[in-house]
Amino acid sequence: MGMRQAPIDYIARTRAQYSALGYPAYAWVENDEAPAFVRPERPASEWKVGVVASGGIYALGQPAFHFKDDLSFRAIATDTPREALRITHFAYDLADAREDPNVVLPLAPLRRLVESGEIGGLGPDAYTFMGGIYSARKVRDVLAPAIADRLENDEVDVALMVPV
Amino acid sequence: MGLIAREVESRGIPTVSLSSALSITESVFPPRAVFTDFPLGRTAGKPNDPDSQDAIVRAAIEHLASAESAGEVQWVDLRWAGNDDWKDGVMRPKPAAAPGGVAEAEDDRAERTAVPQYQFEADREAVEADCPTCFVPEAPGTRA
Repeated sequence: MGMRQAPIDYIARTRAQYSALGYPAYAWVENDEAPAFVRPERPASEWKVGVVASGGIYALGQPAFHFKDDLSFRAIATDTPREALRITHFAYDLADAREDPNVVLPLAPLRRLVESGEIGGLGPDAYTFMGGIYSARKVRDVLAPAIADRLENDEVDVALMVPV
Repeated sequence: MGLIAREVESRGIPTVSLSSALSITESVFPPRAVFTDFPLGRTAGKPNDPDSQDAIVRAAIEHLASAESAGEVQWVDLRWAGNDDWKDGVMRPKPAAAPGGVAEAEDDRAERTAVPQYQFEADREAVEADCPTCFVPEAPGTRA
């Protein structure tokens, strides 16, 4: 096995790349304030697990996302077969995600954990959106509350968040 | 995604975020994260490799059950390849084409327009009318 390198510092590399391209510096979200933190009440084997994924995943029959600060999201049934999933995005290499959507929306692994009894079940739908939304304020004030509303409505016990 | 995790957790629903971008995750500060040192776009494992996919999702579930304080990041012990050479070319300026030339940066992202971007042209024809599974949230106060 070859030498290990430290994890890529994407903030530093983006800063350097934008600077080399003559773009204004991108202001990354920086939260100093600790988030809310609640511990699950029951063992994992009793959880109904919600799923949220960015990465531009839609299901056949749904309109695709667009690339300009798309704040919409889709509900995709958690029993959807991988053959019905589609992916478009402006910012990452899609080859592996299109080959196997489970690398960005891990429905098959989650279903296996349900079968093995390690978790109790899944919410009825996964919620997917585009990501790459320039305004952190819009994500925080518009998209985040709307997705949280859906998860509350589904009465999930915990949620798995999958960015790209 | 970390911003959404923070909102969801504030409603009393515990969250765990997968991550392959440690610096961004640490900056956004979600309640819990599981870090896998893979190229972006494979946050939940390698394609057609249930072993890596199961390991990551299982690590996330276990971290949800065991994390005791906000911001804990659990590392998943998987490697993308036998060496880490893939990291060298990520978002790096290309070396100068000629000796003495200037290294060239590039932006290879797609143009950002408000036109839906279908993976397959046939997907467009398959779209169902007034999509019941589509949600378009509106900013507070924008409705009449």
